[in-house]
Amino acid sequence: MTTPRLRTAIWNEEAAPGDPFTAESCYCHGYDVFGELLEKASYPEYLYLLFRGEKPAPTTARALEILAIALANPGPRDPSVHAAMAAGVGGSPAAAVLMAALASGAGVSGGAREIFRCMALWQTCGCSLAAWQQALHPTAEESAGQRRSVWPDSEHPPGFAAYSPQFARPVRQTLAALTQLLPADNLAWLQSQREALEQLADYPLAMTGVAAAALTDLGFSPADGEMLALLLRLPGAAAHALEQGRHGIRHFPFFTIEIPDDPGPQTGDSYGEH
Amino acid sequence: MIQARKQETPTVNTENPLISGEGPLHSTVGGCYPGERAVFRGRDLHAHLRDADWLDLYLFGITGRRHSPEQLKVLHAIWVNTSYPDARLWNNRVAALAGSARSTGTLALAAALATSEAAIYGRQIDIACADFLERAQHRTKAGANLDDVVRDELQRNRSIGGYGRPVARSATDERIIPVLEIAARQGFANGKYVRLAFAIEEILLNGRWRMRMNYAALAAALALDIGLTPHEYYLYLFPAFLAGMPPCYIEASERPPQATLPLRCSTIDYVGPDHRLW
Repeated sequence: MTTPRLRTAIWNEEAAPGDPFTAESCYCHGYDVFGELLEKASYPEYLYLLFRGEKPAPTTARALEILAIALANPGPRDPSVHAAMAAGVGGSPAAAVLMAALASGAGVSGGAREIFRCMALWQTCGCSLAAWQQALHPTAEESAGQRRSVWPDSEHPPGFAAYSPQFARPVRQTLAALTQLLPADNLAWLQSQREALEQLADYPLAMTGVAAAALTDLGFSPADGEMLALLLRLPGAAAHALEQGRHGIRHFPFFTIEIPDDPGPQTGDSYGEH
Repeated sequence: MIQARKQETPTVNTENPLISGEGPLHSTVGGCYPGERAVFRGRDLHAHLRDADWLDLYLFGITGRRHSPEQLKVLHAIWVNTSYPDARLWNNRVAALAGSARSTGTLALAAALATSEAAIYGRQIDIACADFLERAQHRTKAGANLDDVVRDELQRNRSIGGYGRPVARSATDERIIPVLEIAARQGFANGKYVRLAFAIEEILLNGRWRMRMNYAALAAALALDIGLTPHEYYLYLFPAFLAGMPPCYIEASERPPQATLPLRCSTIDYVGPDHRLW
């Protein structure tokens, strides 16, 4: 029998004496997690270490913490939080609540896949308005023949607000707070060129765009950024779902419905296959 | 005390789709009147559709079209012949590990089905494959040479979903013959997309690529011949692997907790930095 081997550069363990299935010591990228990090590292530092493999500079960790706060709760009107509440109000398992939040927070309109796509744009375009102009308005030839994805096409430029007519205040506040800590690279350029970019895109900058620029400046790949964006949006979804679960379905909107092709009540004559 | 903010946009854009989306939920797919009846795409579920085959209803929900017994037979066979209760397979393993950890059956199966939307197998391949077959059909119909279409696709996307296989790149896919036999009995083994799928295999086998057609290409071809669009096909396939999953969950639930695919600390093959201080 070949012993399975799990190759990883993230985690190592030393087994307890006489117990091969219980770890006595755990090391994350070489750091003793329970012997040292537990008391010395902050949560954003540990998060950064897990994804990037290195201890972050204090400003990097603080920037990640600010981003985590900005993304933690998009509020109860957001589709992912709404989905979590819809799961929570009916008493679904906690994991189902978070799965609901993840599914609805994963998309190309306001979700983590939008951040992924925007981060891919940052990788391609960097701080060049000409490159952004080309990427935001691809020719039919550039778009043709691409393998079809399970993800829907973007209906607005990734990183920009689909419906808001203006640069929203929370987005501006987040961009300002992050730019103070990360004054070089993409965020700073975004801060100075925002209006030009918005004109190119024909939409105002959104939180997804700020998050994408920040995550790129923090050294994350689009795949890392997508995953982090999903993780970081869960606290608000969880808290709102728990609250609605306590309130119960009577206090949760159910909405009315209009069905234009409703056949109306049926008589026995119309039963069966048609 | 909270101070009133200066109003920045005194007028609301009434063309905003969010505003027109307010109010009652307008739906042509249906809804329910609890205690009374349910409407399913313009039909009364309990009157018009009460005897429907479940797959027929499922496809009616996706496409708005009903399907013939012959079509349903083939579409059922596509599901049946790819239902493998093997807990080593990555998606099934999710269900098994959830059972091992004593999670709920629904969470286990939902997560395993979501996992089936994978890039190297499952739904990402399926939609890409159906889309390629459709594009190839259009291009050859417009006069392009199929060899050129295949070469262009490989050049642009480096691989063609539905050809080659992650676990057995050049072996014949064991699911093809049984499903093709069922399709033949129902009159679907010689449709234009099935013929196209085999023609592409011939090009890939004879060229330097040495790739056989796998199940994804045949299934996509059959579904396109039946009249599904690539997106409809993708949604039809959602439960494709489901039947193999509950057995994996159940068997893991019957073993001692956490005793399915257990890993010793020593199985970790650590390739990161040496011990260091924070």
